[in-house]
Amino acid sequence: MAILLILPILMLVLFGYSISTEVKNSKIAILDSSNDVATRAIIEKFRNSEYFSVKKMVNNPSEIQDLFKKDRLNMVLVFGDNFYENLAHTGNAQVQLIVDGSDPNSAKTIVTYATSIIGAYQLELSKIDKIPFQINPQIKLLYNPQMKGAYNFVPGVMGMILMLICAMMTSISIAREKELGTMEVLLVSPMKPIYIILSKTIPYFVLSLVNLATILLLSVFLLKVPIAGSLFWLIAFSLVYIFVNLSLGLLISSIVDSQLVALLISGMVLMLPVIMLSGMMFPVENMPVFFQWISQIIPAKWYIIGVKKIMIKGLGLSSIIPEMSVLLGMGIVLVIASLKNFKYRLE
Amino acid sequence: MDKVIIAENLTKKFGDFTAVDHISFEVERGEIFGFLGANGAGKTTAMRMLCGLSIPTSGKGLVADFDVHTQSEQVKKNIGYMSQKFALYEELKVWENIRLYAGIYSVPDKEIAPRTDELLKRLGFENERETLVKSLPLGWKQKLAFSVAIFHEPKIVFLDEPTGGVDPVTRRQFWEMIYEAADRGITVFVTTHYMDEAEYCDRVSIMVDGRIDALDSPKNLKNQFKANNMDGVFQQLARRASRKAD
Repeated sequence: MAILLILPILMLVLFGYSISTEVKNSKIAILDSSNDVATRAIIEKFRNSEYFSVKKMVNNPSEIQDLFKKDRLNMVLVFGDNFYENLAHTGNAQVQLIVDGSDPNSAKTIVTYATSIIGAYQLELSKIDKIPFQINPQIKLLYNPQMKGAYNFVPGVMGMILMLICAMMTSISIAREKELGTMEVLLVSPMKPIYIILSKTIPYFVLSLVNLATILLLSVFLLKVPIAGSLFWLIAFSLVYIFVNLSLGLLISSIVDSQLVALLISGMVLMLPVIMLSGMMFPVENMPVFFQWISQIIPAKWYIIGVKKIMIKGLGLSSIIPEMSVLLGMGIVLVIASLKNFKYRLE
Repeated sequence: MDKVIIAENLTKKFGDFTAVDHISFEVERGEIFGFLGANGAGKTTAMRMLCGLSIPTSGKGLVADFDVHTQSEQVKKNIGYMSQKFALYEELKVWENIRLYAGIYSVPDKEIAPRTDELLKRLGFENERETLVKSLPLGWKQKLAFSVAIFHEPKIVFLDEPTGGVDPVTRRQFWEMIYEAADRGITVFVTTHYMDEAEYCDRVSIMVDGRIDALDSPKNLKNQFKANNMDGVFQQLARRASRKAD
């Protein structure tokens, strides 16, 4: 039972390193219509901050919407015309912060960092000129104007529940048949192994569809999280994710022989990283590089990103092609591995 | 008489390890064939090959006239199998277990109900039709498991240590069921640890280190090894083993 010894280590390391609400290197773009001494100074401050990395300078406001979709920006900083002139003459200037609100936790943190940088500049300026300058950051949250936490946790819960039902229950139910000896009898029977596998997975497939429907209905009608994008693609994307998890369950069950081990593996080894590393609770961007790598192989991470894109941001199929292909690829690899393993066990 | 199992130099290797080493034997229709051997002698592997679960490395096996390698589908249709765990679904009722296995072995739908009635009557289980299998006593489970294994009237039934953990009286009753099945023409291929059970078999083979070192009727074997009982025969052969039990 090596797993019992490894578990505390795993948990401590995960909790210790991955939990941090700090958001570093947020991707931002800047639209600077003024391009004067004040805006350049502020931009310089953003460039020097470890919390931000300036990816792009934008010339036209119409580009902004596209940037969020394509480049997964966290924020766009918009300076209006005559920023310094306004500041110098009226003592008042405005800057707009357009923030991706689909992850409310990160959004809040990013806004705090940005306003404090702007505030610092304001303070410097006041020291020199002894005039009470006032720079007002106006915050605009995209996708989630009310900063509802539900926008973040609904996709997370979907990712977790579907994994739990599909991977954990499938692997436990097959391990159970092995424990009881019924699997052996089924294998000796004329029933083809593929039918045995199918008949063990279909119930959980159906169950997970019911769960998916329940989650979506609850989130739309109770939590008021609308499905901004196409319901069809949301379901199609979820089906791919369910397929990945069913194959994962099969793979686990082809390796283990007892329900207890199946439970431990799927419950702990799968659940824990999903909660910690999928971006559901803690932003993946601030984790140590090692954990970021690990998070790449967690199906839930890709699923949650994709669901946010379709459900919260209302983007189309083209935007989730990367997530969709990664999940499809994972599913195919897993299903081949588990079928091979399953056959091997018959030898 | 017709031969329902023919093994010719049947061999199974796992890497360098030869689990079953060129075994050859024949089993006739309606015979009760005891398959003995210490743990690790290779009897489970040999049985798995005959059931179409494991592909032989070399040699040939014919079960019910079908090749165990190339026609394993056909082999599986003609055999029944009962493991030492009895392998019934504990949370299903007695009739549901029968119905499930009847379906798996494609017993025609309209035959299932009358045959279930007949089976329950023969076992004296009429009142247990709706009982969950997990609440049956061990001996009853074992009887039910055997009846389920031959429900589809297979030509051969493979029993893998069917009496493990069962008291002697129940074992005796179980062997009566085996005799009944053999009388109906079902060939019984049985592995066992109990040497008294070996005496009940028509013929017995004893595996040592993957080979069949002795094969004859219990009476002839006892003469050949000058032993009073099968245990004596088995002890003499087991001493030759170089392989460690797993």
